[in-house]
Amino acid sequence: MSDATLFEQVKDEANRVDPYPLFARLRETPVSRQSDGTYVAATHAAISSLLHDPRISSETLPPADRPKTGNPISDWIVKPIRDRITDTHRPFIFRDPPDHDTLRKAVMHEFTQKRVQVLRERSHVLVDEILDRHAAARSFDIVDDLAYPLPVTIICELLGIPTEDEPQFHGWATQLATALEPDTMADTEKRSENSRTFETISTYMTGLIKEKRRHPKDDMLSGLAVNGVPGIPRMGDYDLIATSILMLVAGHETTVNLIANAMLALMRNPAELARLRDDPARAPRLIEEVQRYDPPVQFRTRRALADIPMGDVTIPEGADVILLLASGNRDPAVFNDADRFDPDRGGIRHLGFGGGLHYCVGAPLARFEAEAALTALARRLDDPRLQADPPPYRPGSALRGPKHLRLSIGGIRKA
Amino acid sequence: MEHLVVVGASLAGLRGAEAARKAGFQGRLTLIGAEPHRPYDRPPLSKLVLTGGVAPGATTLPNLEPLDAEWRLGSAAAGLDRSDRAVILESGDRVAYDRLLIATGARARPWPDTVQNRFGGVHTLRSRDDAAALRGALAAGPGRVLVIGGGFIGCEVAAACRDLDLPVTLVESGATVLERVLGSHLGSVVAALHAVRGVDLRLGAKVEALEDDDSGHVVRARLADGRTIETTCVVVALGAVRNTEWLSGSGLAFDEGGVDCDADGYVLDTDGRSDRTIAAAGDVARFPHPIYDGRRVALEHWGHAVAQGAHAGRLLAGQASSPAYAEVPAFWSSQGGVTLKMAGLTEGADGLVIAQGDPKTGRFLALYGRAGRCIAAVSFDSVRWLPAYAEMVAAGAPFPPIHGAVDQGRLRVLPPGFPKEDER
Repeated sequence: MSDATLFEQVKDEANRVDPYPLFARLRETPVSRQSDGTYVAATHAAISSLLHDPRISSETLPPADRPKTGNPISDWIVKPIRDRITDTHRPFIFRDPPDHDTLRKAVMHEFTQKRVQVLRERSHVLVDEILDRHAAARSFDIVDDLAYPLPVTIICELLGIPTEDEPQFHGWATQLATALEPDTMADTEKRSENSRTFETISTYMTGLIKEKRRHPKDDMLSGLAVNGVPGIPRMGDYDLIATSILMLVAGHETTVNLIANAMLALMRNPAELARLRDDPARAPRLIEEVQRYDPPVQFRTRRALADIPMGDVTIPEGADVILLLASGNRDPAVFNDADRFDPDRGGIRHLGFGGGLHYCVGAPLARFEAEAALTALARRLDDPRLQADPPPYRPGSALRGPKHLRLSIGGIRKA
Repeated sequence: MEHLVVVGASLAGLRGAEAARKAGFQGRLTLIGAEPHRPYDRPPLSKLVLTGGVAPGATTLPNLEPLDAEWRLGSAAAGLDRSDRAVILESGDRVAYDRLLIATGARARPWPDTVQNRFGGVHTLRSRDDAAALRGALAAGPGRVLVIGGGFIGCEVAAACRDLDLPVTLVESGATVLERVLGSHLGSVVAALHAVRGVDLRLGAKVEALEDDDSGHVVRARLADGRTIETTCVVVALGAVRNTEWLSGSGLAFDEGGVDCDADGYVLDTDGRSDRTIAAAGDVARFPHPIYDGRRVALEHWGHAVAQGAHAGRLLAGQASSPAYAEVPAFWSSQGGVTLKMAGLTEGADGLVIAQGDPKTGRFLALYGRAGRCIAAVSFDSVRWLPAYAEMVAAGAPFPPIHGAVDQGRLRVLPPGFPKEDER
């Protein structure tokens, strides 16, 4: 019988720096019941199977429940309507088919090869601009100086959000991303703070979408607002708002960790950093290995719609199920020497982008942004050294990554 | 030096030869092919090649392993002399073998009337050359295309015609299209899809005869009910016949449904004994399938040609401990913008449930059962759901299946609507 508080320990900030030994203990039981009644799937096989199980739902958010104001009209008429709208128009990572499929299809339709190509080239330019601005620096924070601003600029340009509006999103995005943290969603106060932020950002998006309808441009929001996809109904306003917020938050809160986790791995494996400097073509395999070894999204929560037998354990109907992707990625049954960072391992079926219906929509963006960042850092940073190892971490356990990754540098070379 | 001869230079033969090399076979390797082409990929021939998206010549299959092989292309095998271990070619040449892989595949079943069969404008679709000819005919903009047969090839051709905005009539003698594989319940879903796209469907109808003009070019088809269809382009899509005639006199057990194999993949002689120098793979191989209680099946699936070809290649290379071949049969088809993919075999199904989604929306997954077990699953534009159900099929999970899936309506067991044996 394994320790039923292991996942509690995973969530504990004290274990943020290195949760992997806890994952190893969780893997001793492929699916384990935790003391709070949730189930944790920790082996690659169990996670893969559940990712594809038709009885697994993504509709895990608790029903919306805005705080009462004391005004009977708001509390008994307006509030239930608005709560209902929230519940039925969640972002599509929290929804099941058929709605999930329609919304995702609309987004994929706007994710054109041309847009991806333009942004790929753009990300190289942005990285060089950022490094040029720090040309005289002797200290460089990978997170604040590069890993955060790059994806944010790219997602804003993709969606068509004016870059000058971006600074106000910073705090909102961080707040909204806590929807992926189980403890936030279990806490009424934190949850209502989360909903208030959602409403604030919704108000902004409503205005922006109106503007896009009036003056459509060549960007994703205009496309979603105006074009629609042949054969499926055009997205309604509430779905459009939720979808654009989802994309915006995902663009803020995930790739930042990929770039930071990757740079941390390279700093701890200096031979790999040197090889990347000599051969930028190694970037893709490095990035896939980071997605395996230290992925930005460590786990996702799902819910069982029926009893699901998994070997000796049956996940009961209604239970929350944690798919511990980062643990499956270290499963020795699938990966030789799984705890070693080895970009040259063959065949890496990692779970870093999830799998099944909800496989990461933004994976292509994450890949080319990380590639632009890492190749330029390897080429241009002169004599980089970690100022602190381990670095300080952000609080999240689901979205996990360094808060800062400060390097002392000899200088920044010209592009 | 050992000589491995592969008869049939298409997908199964190529992947078999590659697998033998990969498994360490270092002897002589010869591939014999009836067509003059290097192995090519067939699925695009009834789809993108017809609409002009891919040139017929651009379908050549890549070599996944260095082969170091001799190619005898454009020379069909005409006989097999097992006592002398030799393949006899049409030219009379004899090719001696130590080990032999039979992967001669199948060919399109021709229009039964041998005179009408030779009219200009009458096509079948199996090879790259067939596809090039049909593409040429479609590009010329015929006034109406007539497709005879509502199986997968017939449906895909009709869909391609509509993609090209050509008027097309599809005549199917059964109650609906794809009835033999999907049953009439889901066959009707596909029929409705084509009807909406403007295919003129004639179900339960039969073409009695094709008629030509003075120059021997088809001009119309006469149906059994006396009606006629004016057309200068006819596609005969009546299924396939296995290429086994060349095995006459070899002492092997075969008929037009394939050559019989044992559970390992070695061929059987007419006394039921395995010949452990010869294996078969792909469309032509009829083998006992472990998932279906050892029932003998010959599968015309792309993925099967790849997997069983490789299995046979390893077997002939002497790689021990190859487990028995037990892949879940699977294939896909895309027609009219819809991709359907099937895992398992529906034969003998006595029940059907819509497990997820809704046929009305075009996105759904259906499961077939037989005697309380899941035997096949088919997804319409929802392929990401399929793997979980393919596992149920492989495991013989109870039918009707799980309750409580996302996007699941009330599970009702429906009659799948397969034609009775004697109507097949």
